Amino acid sequence: MTYLSKTLLLCAGLALAACSNPDRFDDGTGAGFNNGGMNAGMAGSASDPTSPLYFQQTIGDRVLFAVDQSTLSAEAQAVLDGQAQWLMTNIDYSAVIEGHADEQGTREYNLALGARRANAVQEYLVSRGIAGNRLKVVSYGKERPIELCSNEACYAKNRRAVTVISAVPSS
Amino acid sequence: MMRYILSLLTVLMLWSLPATAQTGPLRIEITEGVIEPLPFAAPDFVSDSTTGAEFGRRIAEVIAADLTGTGLFREIQPEAFISRVTSFSSPVQYADWKAINAQALVTGAVSVDAGGQLVVRFRLYDVFAGQELGQGLQLVGTQDGWRRIAHKVADQIYSRITGEAPYFDSRVVYVAETGPKDQRIKRLAIMDYDGANVSYLTDSASIVLAPRFSPDGRQVLYTSYESGFPRIYVLQVGSAQRRVLEQQDGTMSFAPRFAPDGRRVVYSLSSGGNTDLYMMDIGSGTSTRLTNAPSIETAPSFSPDGSRIVFESDRSGSPQLYIMPSAGGEAQRISFGQGRYGTPVWSPRGDLIAFTKQSKGRFHIGVMRTDGSEERLLTASFLDEGPTWSPNGRVIMFTRETQGAQGSASLYSVDISGRNLRKVPTEAGGSDPSWSPLQD
Repeated sequence: MTYLSKTLLLCAGLALAACSNPDRFDDGTGAGFNNGGMNAGMAGSASDPTSPLYFQQTIGDRVLFAVDQSTLSAEAQAVLDGQAQWLMTNIDYSAVIEGHADEQGTREYNLALGARRANAVQEYLVSRGIAGNRLKVVSYGKERPIELCSNEACYAKNRRAVTVISAVPSS
Repeated sequence: MMRYILSLLTVLMLWSLPATAQTGPLRIEITEGVIEPLPFAAPDFVSDSTTGAEFGRRIAEVIAADLTGTGLFREIQPEAFISRVTSFSSPVQYADWKAINAQALVTGAVSVDAGGQLVVRFRLYDVFAGQELGQGLQLVGTQDGWRRIAHKVADQIYSRITGEAPYFDSRVVYVAETGPKDQRIKRLAIMDYDGANVSYLTDSASIVLAPRFSPDGRQVLYTSYESGFPRIYVLQVGSAQRRVLEQQDGTMSFAPRFAPDGRRVVYSLSSGGNTDLYMMDIGSGTSTRLTNAPSIETAPSFSPDGSRIVFESDRSGSPQLYIMPSAGGEAQRISFGQGRYGTPVWSPRGDLIAFTKQSKGRFHIGVMRTDGSEERLLTASFLDEGPTWSPNGRVIMFTRETQGAQGSASLYSVDISGRNLRKVPTEAGGSDPSWSPLQD
């Protein structure tokens, strides 16, 4: 059991590393900017540290999870520390945290699992000093995969929570 | 007690009437064994008018499709017919039908009355007994509703021969799917149980999930992302008018199902990352919490008598099925096999629970008794989920999704014996079916 947990954590860590690579989503077409995020259109330039694009591509807008899990790995926490710092600096922005699951599971269970994941990120950001009213959570369950293949390489990237920055601060 | 015996006697007498001429009436006993489909003939229904004859042809076609679709009947093609049915009232030439081994014969007539209504009459014959099975019936309806008339005739035939309650005159509400997996467009759609007469109830602006019929078939509960967050809506089937049912800020609600009384809804609400079951009184809009655990509680479904709820929970560490009183309280785990269990649905007869099972990388639709015993898996594929029961509890419809980047979802049906797996025709992809009760 201990071995299994370690393997899962390791997988999550590896997938996260691949995913945090800023080039991963910058495919030059612009279409990739929305990958995994439900908000269309992303303001600003990637070289401007105050832009949502910088948040998405350089800080890293997402964390990945092991199968059925919503616990944050050390790598995930490091990404979220970056997110918290950015949100502390750029106080006019709020965020919607989207929780997602891979397709291995029923629709209802995956909705609930996505809610757990989004909430884990929200709680972590709040623990790092971000006001709770700037953060909303939503679960998409297995409705919006970003990777389409039906094996673990894709599933690992679909089990994610994405912090989508919105320009309008929540009241 | 006396009344019970009397009504039982009446039933027995009715059934034994046709038996006098042979060892038993024409009858299919639906058992778990392999069934040799019963051969039948359904010549075009006759008519005096060209319009009527066209309806007569199509009605006979739908009746034959309904019957063969069960896997219990086999149609004898018209090319084999020796007799031509040219008049509804002339006597049946039993020898001609016997010769081609048609055990059942359906004849009918269609006329269009002064008001433009279709008048359809039919008779069912037990060919080898040389007599009618049950009484001739007349059905009247609009020309637009010709398929419903055909389904009602087929329902009569199915019931008379199998002794089971029918299910052809029913509808299915489901999610119509188009577009690639990562940008799938989902719309609520409604159709006849056989895929005909489809119409769309929502536009493609928001993701919609898991519609569920009300017990009277007039309303549909579903989950929509219209507000940006999953919320439960209730929609009037007739007008497609909808309203949000549950909209507590900062929460998400999904997996709704009506209580058998049609006045309450049981559903899942996620708050602070935790998903529990709630019950809402639709009239007052007030909700009661039914479960309170840090685990996921979802996919609730009422027993037909309304006294209990079966649901899915991962309180044991993996998703399993539980039953609790409908007011909440202590839950009993009923699934103990290898694997993960989800989306339990109580059968309309009350004796079985259909479910989704995930085991060794495969998905199954299965059934078990309400105490968890006698589990049987009916299907196996890359991804099968979300069973719904036919109104008579004999057939289960569900979602099957194929794997890979080009993967798509379709509706399938299977008999509870595990036989007769069929793809249900839909215009595009389809998922999350909910079968209506039998229509009035």
